[in-house]
Amino acid sequence: MSILSTFIIVPAILLLLLFLTRNAIQARTLAIIGFSIQLVAAIYLLISFLQERAINNDAMLFVTDIVWYAKLNIHYSVGVDGVSVLMVLLSAIVAFTGIFSSWDMKRDFFMWYTLLSIGVFGFFISTDLFVIFMFYEIALIPMYFLIGIWGTGRKEYSAMKLTLMLMAGSAFLLTGILGIYFTSGHTSMNLLVIKETVIPIMHQYWIFPVTFLGFGVLGALFPFHTWSPDGHASAPTAVSMLHAGVLMKLGGYGCFRVAIYLMPEAATELAWIFLILTGISVVYGAFGAVVQTDLKYINAYSSVSHCGLVLFAVLMLNQTAQTGAVLQMLSHGLMTALFFALIGLLYGRTHTRDIREMSGLMKVIPFASVCYVIAGLASLGLPGLSGFVAEMTIFVGAFAKQGVFYTLLTIVAACSIVITAVYILRTIAFILQGPVKNELHLKLDDATWYEKISVVGLILGIIALGIFPAFFANIINM
Amino acid sequence: MNFTLYILIIPIALFLLIGLSGNKMKPRMAGIIGTLGMTVSAVLSYLAAYIYFFETEKINGIFQKIVPLSMEWLRFTDKLHIDMGILLDPISIMMLVVITTVSLMVHLYSIAYMKEEEGFQRYFAFLALFSFSMLGLVVATNIFQMYIFWELVGVSSYLLIGFYYTKPTAVAAAKKAFIVTRFADLGFLIGILILSYYTGTFDFGILTEGSAALVVGSTAGVSFMGLSVASWAMALVFIGGAGKSAMFPLHIWLPDAMEGPTPVSALIHAATMVVAGVFLVARMFPIYVFATPDVLAMIGYIGAFTALFAAVIAITQKDIKRVLAFSTISQIAYMLTALGVSGFGGHDGLGYMASMFHLFTHAFFKALLFLGAGAIIHAVHNNDITQMGGLRKYLPITHITFLIACLAIAGIPPFSGFFSKDEILAAAFHHDKLIFITLWIVAGLTAFYMFRLYYIVFWGKKREYEHKPHEASWVMTLPLIILALFTCFSGFIPFSKFISSDNQSFAAHIDWTIATLSIVVAFTGICLATLLYRRESNRPAEIAQRIGGFYKATLNKFYMDEIWMFVTKNVIFKYISYPVAWFDKHIVDGMINQTGKQTENASVAIKGMQSGKVQFYAIVFVLGVLLITVLSLFI
Repeated sequence: MSILSTFIIVPAILLLLLFLTRNAIQARTLAIIGFSIQLVAAIYLLISFLQERAINNDAMLFVTDIVWYAKLNIHYSVGVDGVSVLMVLLSAIVAFTGIFSSWDMKRDFFMWYTLLSIGVFGFFISTDLFVIFMFYEIALIPMYFLIGIWGTGRKEYSAMKLTLMLMAGSAFLLTGILGIYFTSGHTSMNLLVIKETVIPIMHQYWIFPVTFLGFGVLGALFPFHTWSPDGHASAPTAVSMLHAGVLMKLGGYGCFRVAIYLMPEAATELAWIFLILTGISVVYGAFGAVVQTDLKYINAYSSVSHCGLVLFAVLMLNQTAQTGAVLQMLSHGLMTALFFALIGLLYGRTHTRDIREMSGLMKVIPFASVCYVIAGLASLGLPGLSGFVAEMTIFVGAFAKQGVFYTLLTIVAACSIVITAVYILRTIAFILQGPVKNELHLKLDDATWYEKISVVGLILGIIALGIFPAFFANIINM
Repeated sequence: MNFTLYILIIPIALFLLIGLSGNKMKPRMAGIIGTLGMTVSAVLSYLAAYIYFFETEKINGIFQKIVPLSMEWLRFTDKLHIDMGILLDPISIMMLVVITTVSLMVHLYSIAYMKEEEGFQRYFAFLALFSFSMLGLVVATNIFQMYIFWELVGVSSYLLIGFYYTKPTAVAAAKKAFIVTRFADLGFLIGILILSYYTGTFDFGILTEGSAALVVGSTAGVSFMGLSVASWAMALVFIGGAGKSAMFPLHIWLPDAMEGPTPVSALIHAATMVVAGVFLVARMFPIYVFATPDVLAMIGYIGAFTALFAAVIAITQKDIKRVLAFSTISQIAYMLTALGVSGFGGHDGLGYMASMFHLFTHAFFKALLFLGAGAIIHAVHNNDITQMGGLRKYLPITHITFLIACLAIAGIPPFSGFFSKDEILAAAFHHDKLIFITLWIVAGLTAFYMFRLYYIVFWGKKREYEHKPHEASWVMTLPLIILALFTCFSGFIPFSKFISSDNQSFAAHIDWTIATLSIVVAFTGICLATLLYRRESNRPAEIAQRIGGFYKATLNKFYMDEIWMFVTKNVIFKYISYPVAWFDKHIVDGMINQTGKQTENASVAIKGMQSGKVQFYAIVFVLGVLLITVLSLFI
């Protein structure tokens, strides 16, 4: 057993133990312990990956391969490269901080939450198409219950919509995976094995779009992004964090690891179609965010824009842009988790998410407000925070691609940095600045110690990424 | 010269120290630590300037570029990588001196000026952050490092304009400043991307060497919509500069930025940040002059127009800080025009030298004017000059220093502004007569509006003030005096010995014909102002009445704010964002919802088929068999 299986075994044991707990405090304590172990393991994985990479040049490291269902040649096979190591780290950070943002939740909530995390971790470490798909589904299903039971607002509608749309996406995905399996000429589902041969180009032409679309739905690809605003708006804080922070990255990661990795020829030919869609996502999401009045909607549309940029960069098919895509996934993951943590914090105190009903909170709850400003500045791409390096890497990479079409599209995408500034500053001006209008808001308490752990942890990540981008960029290319 | 690193490290350390300790640090402590830190930075800058200009050996009479520090920060491709480093050459050394000096004065002044304010520590933390970013900007070794600090400067400006965050006007002004400059920065960014794509480097050293200017020039053949790609790139880069330096039509944020605390206006919106655009063009000057002279000419015209435009508006403004803000726009435009009319090397590069000279002198006298305005506002608790008058008795030190600054900006010898302005006029005269005449008129207007301000505030009718105005403490007057000394004597620095387009000393003499012309026009302006405003009378109002519409237009700043408001409110919000949001909710999401609804309808429609009634199934079965039988008989 390699170190990688820890990421599945720990939450599995945690799930079992959670089942045995008797009250919420026990469950919470247990969850904190469990996810702390995950976080430590993720950091340990990063360190040992760096050591191992120095002497081992295989595509994937820490590979384990166990035959699971011999008849269909399905293997439980895991392995990581630089990208997946970082995604595991991101997941561990967000899952860990998420616990601190769901302090008052009950046992069942933590159980679904843990199950969700099994799916997420499993997805990032698997190298077998079938297992990837299985973990993908494991990550999706708990969303339905987490939103449907513990959500707010039109939660049944949102939960249903989110699940159905993502399920439709996975139907495409499954078709794509079967297509790959039957046309690759191998009897294996292992990515690395399939990669050894070229899938016939005529098959690539239909498999690539289907697979890309399947993952794209989860990556909020226009016009299949509408689950995101409603889903996020109804989801409880920690679920929004995990969902926007990590789950949406499954889409980008999947496009990168499965669709483009296995079918580069079709990707080159067909990229322009999806580039147009992602280009629309980037600008459209940003404009959509400008006029929203619900904090979560603003953030959801902002996520459409930022995740659109991830897919945009992945499709540029050069190393710089793809490095940028991964940086953007990390950056958006941390940043949006931070946003949702803070929105949850504000909502818990003001009982509203409507920006028109809040004002002048900077004076009342300075700590939370400063954190919100930092999150906003990261989102609009301030140098020194994570958003800047990711966006710049993407733009430089995208610009290196020959052709007026790509150049113009890059310029269009770059326009989003202005629009982002508009909606971020508008939100800050509404909720944090100005005089306090609502008298009830004069007596709010600032962040508690556990909320501080959550937001400070994420901010440290954002700063680390913003100041030492080369460290992360190197790992991505390892 | 490795010690220059500490010039930057000190302010960022101050920012972290003051910012993180928050309210745990005593307000006074924060001010004193900040001021002491900046003192060290300033002393180090002077030392650097001394060593660079007098001790370091020149090769063939050329000041060498020194890069004491450069390390790779982020690598994009084999060729493109962002470095973080320090580049010392005459203009960056000059900027170090300017920034640290003005910043130090502002720090000291603020200890008294901001004494009663809540968030005193926050204020000093932001000041330190700004100083750090601005210093990083001027010593950048490559264009991307410059862009990074450019953005940091922008955000520091945002934070400081919005310092009084409970005041809605301040919040709006901060937002406006950030978004307008962000819009301009988009141009800058795209310019950088194009430039680096064609040259394969971000590095200033390589970019501005003759050979790389050729690389840029060689792409001149590749054209796009009538302009060469190189011209596009450099024009886009200039848009970034125009945004920060408040050139028409991107100037609209600067007057509003006066909502920030007055010392901030002195530091950021008069002396340092707003000249970043000038610095940018100067930094990339070889490319402009060799590869894209068309863009350089355009810069000259935009500058000349903005100089005139802003000067006209400044005449009618009633808020003391707004007069100064428009004056700043006008003077920065002067500097850019000087670059626009400049050639390269020796006396041809007179405009370049003059631009930097004016940047240098302007920083001191404009900071002095703003700090003086701060002292006035501090004394009378009002920004409106129509509510002031006769203040010379109450504020003697402020009065004298303010007068010195007014004389300097009006271009009266022997104050510093005269020398730098004269060089600019000389450069313009030899290059383009139209630009020269425009600048000459602006010089007269400048003298007029400054002395209008001066007379209304310090002379005019004596008013009854609620609290008797009195001079502020030495902490505030000392910076005024020091800056006044700079204003008096900095004109005598033989600038062309140190700064020139090719870093080679040359001799620049005062051209007395042009100097006489400029002195005449300045005196005319001053005399006119004396006649109209020395004693309060209704003559100005009569004149305003007579020119009616034009007066109103200037008072309303030629309605530029309204035009921009129309663009943002209507175009961005009404015609793009709301439709996008509507489209998303009703069309895109509507389709998804319809898919769900139609699936449901379809299942309702066909669910009768599975009723569970055996008789019904039997009938369907029999009918089916019959149908098949009949069909098979006939086919």
